[in-house]
Amino acid sequence: MEMLNNEAILNLIQEAFPNDVLFHEEPYGLLTMEVTATKGHEIIHWLKNHEQLSVNYLTNIAGIHYPEDLGREFAVVYQLHSWKNLFRLRLKCYLSKDAIQIATLVDVFDGANWMERETYDFYGIEFVGHPDLRRILNEDSMDYFPMRKEYALEDATREDKDDRYFGRNNL
Amino acid sequence: MSELKTKEAFAQSSETIDGNIATINFGPTHPSTHGIFQNVLKVDGEKIISSEQTLGYIHRAFEKLSERRPYNQITPITDRLNYCSSPINNMGWEMTVEKLIGAEIPKRVQYMRVIIMELARIADHLICNSVTGVDAGALTSFFYPFTEREKIYELYEEICGARLTTNIGRIGGFERDFTPAFHTKLQSFLKTFPKAFEEFDSMLARNRIFMDRTKGAGPISAERALAYSFSGPNLRATGVDYDVRAMHPYSSYEDFDFIIPVGVNGDTYDRFMVRQEEIRQSVRIIEQAYKNLPEGSYKADLPDFYLPEKTDVYNNMEALIYHFKIVMGETEIPPGEVYHSVEGGNGELGFYLISDGGRTPYRLQFRRPCFIYYQAYPEMISGMSISDAVLTLSSMNVIAGELDA
Repeated sequence: MEMLNNEAILNLIQEAFPNDVLFHEEPYGLLTMEVTATKGHEIIHWLKNHEQLSVNYLTNIAGIHYPEDLGREFAVVYQLHSWKNLFRLRLKCYLSKDAIQIATLVDVFDGANWMERETYDFYGIEFVGHPDLRRILNEDSMDYFPMRKEYALEDATREDKDDRYFGRNNL
Repeated sequence: MSELKTKEAFAQSSETIDGNIATINFGPTHPSTHGIFQNVLKVDGEKIISSEQTLGYIHRAFEKLSERRPYNQITPITDRLNYCSSPINNMGWEMTVEKLIGAEIPKRVQYMRVIIMELARIADHLICNSVTGVDAGALTSFFYPFTEREKIYELYEEICGARLTTNIGRIGGFERDFTPAFHTKLQSFLKTFPKAFEEFDSMLARNRIFMDRTKGAGPISAERALAYSFSGPNLRATGVDYDVRAMHPYSSYEDFDFIIPVGVNGDTYDRFMVRQEEIRQSVRIIEQAYKNLPEGSYKADLPDFYLPEKTDVYNNMEALIYHFKIVMGETEIPPGEVYHSVEGGNGELGFYLISDGGRTPYRLQFRRPCFIYYQAYPEMISGMSISDAVLTLSSMNVIAGELDA
């Protein structure tokens, strides 16, 4: 069987979900797609059971916070891996800060359980349908989500270490 | 006198001792957790009905810290993930940054890295396997390999001056070439280690007591292991031959001839045996890499990232500028998004890095293998006895530093 290239993979996905691949790119050769957040679960389930693609392994789930990107402040990144065809795949779902909710993947990959708990713990992203959505590394009584960008590590008023002097202007 | 039950029969039997369920705190500071994490076990007599894990006792917010540190200052953070094999973490991170900036790394550096990473893998597996022996009641087999591990730590010392949290290498290569003392010590290690290792192996691998204790303890099937995103020796013990070194070769691993051992039952004994065989393979890789060590530089030509020689800094304007820029973290980094993974001591260690062009990463996530596979632990010990749960835990190589980040 010939190896699938990124274009062929993308075509297969776009055929099945014509309206849901909102954006795609290939940073460092890794096919990255932005998909409709409400369809994320369905697409991953489809990818896993697709005979040819057979995306059988969930590598990791990461949350990202983009406070300036209005309407899509939070991103959930799924990195998947197909061992049959040896390709990696990255799916991104953007969420608005007014509705930080996305369907859980636990019913597709059991390993998603703690990965989602960790993402919830640090970003407050709610995984709907998760069997046990509690904090995992932080203390249960904590009342904020520490990886969000509004919690800077150092006192932001310190002028001698202002971020503007170090190449980042937009914080 | 009733007959002794096999582990499978014990797990499947529905017979209860007296029907009273007791709750036992296994950890947070239990000697056999080898780190600080807690399991609340519900037991009926000796038999585990269910368990619930609590973790985060040594959470140090590495991902948050990384968002405030320049790239070269993140290497010491990675030391403290899986601290039994810090060099693999260090080099995994360095390779991630090199991938982001598109650096070309000399072949010699790649081979040197392979040597160090395989030494680290040997040290990591030696600890895990000898500790499995301890938890089965064999203390001698714990002390024997420590002589050899000490030699590996001396080799680290020759490279970077540190032993446990190594901060070894730099973005772009090494701080210095292998020293003559390193060559002597490595040669003597390669000569004496295999014999000492076989001695250690002979104490446990075919030991009747050890086999009875570990066979069938904490098994997991290949399907379940995949569902839980297992990686590393724990996955290979179930019979799946996934190894990042072979599937996505990095640092010239494609140049070396080695086999990927797999187990059958995914139990404690198979995990032990897979690690033992991986140690032999690591020695083979080191021998090949050392024999064919290419000539060339021990560092890449990356003046923006690689600290210049101190003599140059004091005498050369340009070197001084680069030194200042690197130390102050003002090096220009291209914006980008990169995922790089290496075969760590206990599985696929991944770095998911997003750079927005600032002095620090915008987001850095560590894919920590044992955080991901430790969630299968309750399933693996369900129906087992408490002593098997202890063995299962040590053979899974759960490292608290990596678990809690």
